[in-house]
Amino acid sequence: MDLSSINPILLVASIMVSATPILLAAIGEMVVEKAGVLNLGVEGMMIIGAVTGFATAVSTGSPFLGFLAAAIASAIFSMAFGLLTQFLLSNQVATGLGLWMIGLGVSSLVGKSYEGMKSPPTPKLDIPVLSDLPVVGRMLFSHDIMVYLSLLLVLGVWAFLKFTRAGLILRAVGESHDSAHALGYKVVLIRLAAIFFGGACAGLGGAYISLVRVPQWTEGMTAGIGWIALAIVVFASWRPGRVLIGAYLFGGINVLQLNLQAAGANVPVALLSASPFIVTILVLVIISARGHHGAPASLGRPFHATT
Amino acid sequence: MNRRTLLTTAALALTLGQAAFAQDPVTAGFIYVGPVGDGGWTYEHNQGRLAVEEHFGDKVKTIFQESVPEGADAERAITQMALSGADIIFTTSFGYMDPTMAVAEKFPNVKFEHATGYKTADNVGVYSARFYEGRAIQGHIAGKMTKTNKIGYIASFPIPEVIRGINSAYIHAKKVNPDVEFSIIWAYTWFDPAKEADAARALIENGADVILQHTDSTAPQAAAQEAGDVITFGQASDMIEYAPTPRVSSIIDNWAPYYIDRIQAVMDGTWESDNTWDGIGAGMVGIGEITDAVPEDVKAEALALKESIASGEYHPFTGPLNKADGSVWLAEGETASDGDLAGLNFYVEGIDAEIPQ
Repeated sequence: MDLSSINPILLVASIMVSATPILLAAIGEMVVEKAGVLNLGVEGMMIIGAVTGFATAVSTGSPFLGFLAAAIASAIFSMAFGLLTQFLLSNQVATGLGLWMIGLGVSSLVGKSYEGMKSPPTPKLDIPVLSDLPVVGRMLFSHDIMVYLSLLLVLGVWAFLKFTRAGLILRAVGESHDSAHALGYKVVLIRLAAIFFGGACAGLGGAYISLVRVPQWTEGMTAGIGWIALAIVVFASWRPGRVLIGAYLFGGINVLQLNLQAAGANVPVALLSASPFIVTILVLVIISARGHHGAPASLGRPFHATT
Repeated sequence: MNRRTLLTTAALALTLGQAAFAQDPVTAGFIYVGPVGDGGWTYEHNQGRLAVEEHFGDKVKTIFQESVPEGADAERAITQMALSGADIIFTTSFGYMDPTMAVAEKFPNVKFEHATGYKTADNVGVYSARFYEGRAIQGHIAGKMTKTNKIGYIASFPIPEVIRGINSAYIHAKKVNPDVEFSIIWAYTWFDPAKEADAARALIENGADVILQHTDSTAPQAAAQEAGDVITFGQASDMIEYAPTPRVSSIIDNWAPYYIDRIQAVMDGTWESDNTWDGIGAGMVGIGEITDAVPEDVKAEALALKESIASGEYHPFTGPLNKADGSVWLAEGETASDGDLAGLNFYVEGIDAEIPQ
């Protein structure tokens, strides 16, 4: 075993890359759930984002247009879920699962002609001065712009939910849609907006996989990251800061176990791979024991205005 | 069609299957572990299927199902394929072995062919390619090309097939470069581009400048390209889109002749359970073009090695070879038996790692 071959600077940089798609998808889903909607279709929206982002980036040569297109496409795609659950009052769990499967199918159909292509490289953002700093420069300040955008997004969502009136209304809709409705807020519209935002975030996460992390298109390439994002929302007990911790924990352990193996450390791989899930269960047990889950009270319940 | 008529038709098709197949086209089914667009393992099996269609035209009908998980769901997928009237079913991943055996017992009139397995029955044959022959050549090039003397290996599952590949590559890298070290990452997946890319990156960050892989996507190639001065090899298919670097050569599976041969046997009524294990000599394993990124003399040596393996003059597992624990495996000049290779579950001496259990 030669642990000295693990370079901590590169390790941290890799963890940030590995965690970014999870973080993007999870923060979007958290907003959706804060509004009282359970959208299990994150994986489907991500893969739609992955294929749209890749196709756009390849045909325009611009990864930024790719990210933009991915966000828009996944947001529009999520509206299928929005219309079904908010207007036609379909079951949210079943519709979310449907969204996942349709996303997988549509993406592999669209992606057929893009197999084996390479995406244009996403430029690294070399922040002057900061990225030249020893150690932290390489670790924190020489990533692509999406890494920072995802962090800003977490900050923005936190501030939005905590300090703004709109954030308060969104939380009210998630806690008690009937009361919010009685106060005159447009529950359905607010929820649609949250679903739209969640879709856009998942799309960005998907595009991050196909444009930066892998960079190419292959069917089914999101490989369960959307489900991890869903788990992280629960792990985080619906708090933005903990979503960040959760995403970096999951991404981090994944990268760490690969690095430990590469360094020849004799660690049980299966145990390491399972550890984020074990931690999630532990956290759930602890918050259950405390009796406060943090889940929005109306989560997953359909809303139908009776008056 | 309602469920009852569907079931009766299926039952009818089964009982009449034998009598009717002289006139009807033979239906050949394929169960794939990944998507046909993986650019690797499943892609090449699908190329074999397409070659079958081209060869037989109207006389054969092919059906396939992609991305079937290994495990319980495989049994359902294979059963469904057998029910839908397939005459011969190729199950193309190691993890389908037990499900294939279970389904074969229920459908004695359907022929089954399992890729890379070892269990057979009257209606189950197995076939595999001697990929380790190709890996010997890759190992040779890898040992010559590495500057850091660290070679990274992305392994899928700890099964004999994969362990054979690691040993073969290591033996031949070590032969030309005594200082070479292998870093092995077990990804526990055949196909997960994000994980494969992460694994490749982890290896590169740990100092490897040559990446070998036993997983199916081209994600490691993309990661190597990003890193710049790292070389890789195509796995299962040519992955030529990454040539001349990082991909400098490849192992290519060529299943088409075998598939055509076996389907012909079904048509002729001469099909019998078999156990096929062919390599470079028989054309089941191909070596993709060695690019100019490899120096001329290394390329010539690699091609000479390929020639001697193809002609049977040289066996990649020739003694003296010790096991990792230091005990003697093969004596001077002795070659490994197929039985030994089929159940290989240890590293050769020099690989400083444990095989996960």
